Amino acid sequence: MSYSSVIQSKIFSFENLKDLLAKASPERSGDKLAGICAKTSVERMAAKFALADVPLKNFLNEDLIPYEQDEVTRLIIDTHDKNAFQFISHFTVGEFRDYLLSDEVNENTLAQIAKGVTPEMAAAVSKLMRNQDLIQVARKCKIVTQFRNTIGLKGHLSVRLQPNHPTDNLEGIAASLLDGLFYGSGDAVIGINPASDNIPTLSTLNKMLADIIENFAIPTQSCILTHITNTIKMIENNIPVDLVFQSIAGTEKANNHFAVNLSLIKEAHEAALSLKRGTLGNNVMYFETGQGSALSANAHFNIDQQTCEARAYAVARHFSPLLINTVVGFIGPEYLFDGKQIIRAGLEDHFCGKLMGLPIGCDICYTNHAEACQDDMDVLLTLLGNAGVTFIMGVPGADDIMLNYQSTSFHDALYLRDLLNLKRAPEFEDWLLKIGLKNIDNQLLIPTIDHPLLLGRNN
Amino acid sequence: MSKIIKEDIWQFLKKHTDARIALGRVGKSLPTKELLNFNLSHALARDAIYETFQVNLIEDKLKEMNFKSLIVNSKAYEKATYLLNPNFGRELCEKSKIILMESTCLNNDICIIVSDGLSAAAANNHSVHLLKEIGKQFRNTKFTFTEIILAKQARVALSDEIGEILKSRFCIMLIGERPGLSSPDSLGIYLTYNPYIGRTDADRNCISNIRPQGLSYLDASIKLKWLITEAEKLGSSGVLLKDESSQNKQSELY
Repeated sequence: MSYSSVIQSKIFSFENLKDLLAKASPERSGDKLAGICAKTSVERMAAKFALADVPLKNFLNEDLIPYEQDEVTRLIIDTHDKNAFQFISHFTVGEFRDYLLSDEVNENTLAQIAKGVTPEMAAAVSKLMRNQDLIQVARKCKIVTQFRNTIGLKGHLSVRLQPNHPTDNLEGIAASLLDGLFYGSGDAVIGINPASDNIPTLSTLNKMLADIIENFAIPTQSCILTHITNTIKMIENNIPVDLVFQSIAGTEKANNHFAVNLSLIKEAHEAALSLKRGTLGNNVMYFETGQGSALSANAHFNIDQQTCEARAYAVARHFSPLLINTVVGFIGPEYLFDGKQIIRAGLEDHFCGKLMGLPIGCDICYTNHAEACQDDMDVLLTLLGNAGVTFIMGVPGADDIMLNYQSTSFHDALYLRDLLNLKRAPEFEDWLLKIGLKNIDNQLLIPTIDHPLLLGRNN
Repeated sequence: MSKIIKEDIWQFLKKHTDARIALGRVGKSLPTKELLNFNLSHALARDAIYETFQVNLIEDKLKEMNFKSLIVNSKAYEKATYLLNPNFGRELCEKSKIILMESTCLNNDICIIVSDGLSAAAANNHSVHLLKEIGKQFRNTKFTFTEIILAKQARVALSDEIGEILKSRFCIMLIGERPGLSSPDSLGIYLTYNPYIGRTDADRNCISNIRPQGLSYLDASIKLKWLITEAEKLGSSGVLLKDESSQNKQSELY
């Protein structure tokens, strides 16, 4: 159905919900590239006015991609929780924003409605929100997950330790890993992006992480961020896999581009569950997403990139992940041009993920061909810390020498913890104390040269 | 060094990696020296993106090695267009299409393409050395090769159009990877079996981080030969082709 609004006696019409969502989106290079964004600032506002009046119920009756053509659409519709939706079913998008920001809505209410919120509803309401709204509502959400520790408690922040090495050199990876542990990072996951696709190499990396975690009884989990079929192969070969990783997107066609589909994810999910390696909980999946992935695969069906991104969260939600990570600035300036666009996208993604009930973290990052620098990352880091982001990346010196982009560092995590009094996963905090890397006043201790983690390496 | 900088005692781990480890800290933050080092690296990487792809120089060097080459251009003529409109980098300009159609390169097994991609510095510094090693690996094999296509301002998918026009069985594209702070000139190889317009990344295999401090020219060439041999057996490249070549075997060849 079509939508319209009148601004100063001029009628603006929008072909359908998809068109309306695209035109109501804050400006970004990806939507411009796709040729779907508002042509003028006033048209963008007209779209926002029209969007504010759309009943949430419409989102259940108007598919952005036909149900028959797209398994992500089918997943969204078929798994929609009508009981959860009843609390918000009478709202328009504009009223939904007011509701979310109201004092009456708290972490319990938000938990109650999460499964009734479709990705398109989350994306729609975010388009009417200012950055501070996105921060405030996300901050109210509480989403807790467990594998070997507890992630997502209020007042806590976890860090993925990312000890990548361009040739997967084991000593090189271990060096970065230790650097991170000494700075108190690694409670979300110790996750390597391997340079190689080679199964024996991936298995060696996985075993090295499993050994370190076991030998030093670190309450955390490991992950090798390789294609899901590689991880299934490793599980078949009895490699001790903790978390299964996969990049996902918001349309079936875009997921095909990643050579993945729902049944393949289900197979991997079940395989990982069968290993029963989690001691506290069964959240065994680690997903990564990012605005622009559908468009870059030419699989966006003229849906704006932020709505596509939220649809990826529906895929993630179906498999109860331990962590989901929006790698916000990784994709490049053709999708998010500069610091301003990256900051806005990071806040939107985090908000939509949290509203949908996901343990979402953010790789606060940029590439060298984007108009951004570490100052922009400081802004997003500080904002997301206040928004209660579940986890961030910890990369030595913020410079990933394997993936060639800049993220956040172990130092950045210390800054944010200190600024906002954010703690690590409780089990991990206990471990740092026990292994002598922090004191009872929560200050990091410099390890001695004969510290168990350094033994055998000082030569 | 003043005492207010807390130095990290694990400096000796630095020999294992170029990652920025053991930086020390002031309070929670980077010491001034490390902060400036980081920002200088960023400045170098920013400048690498805007370096010029020296196709004529590369053409001359290849001639010395008895390799013929052809220069083509994508539809992206300006760097700004290339960065903001990736599709322009995935299509040949009209003139280049004609150059290829009228070339003597049709119906070969393997089409080799070199492109600046996001780091002209990578193509400028490493492509000739890498091509020399690849040449050695494939000497006395049954494979036939096209002339080397030097493609300006290309994205990986441009190899599909080039391969389709030249009717090649394989495309291998050597392309400058997006520059990192510590590696402004890293080259990648993308292999596509039976290239045609519409192939996706899932149809390709990638060998990444080729430069003296990363994956050596020799190792990259060995890996490439293995992938091509296996892709031929399998009749496919991409995710169906798992790289199970043992890396130990490769280093034994040294």
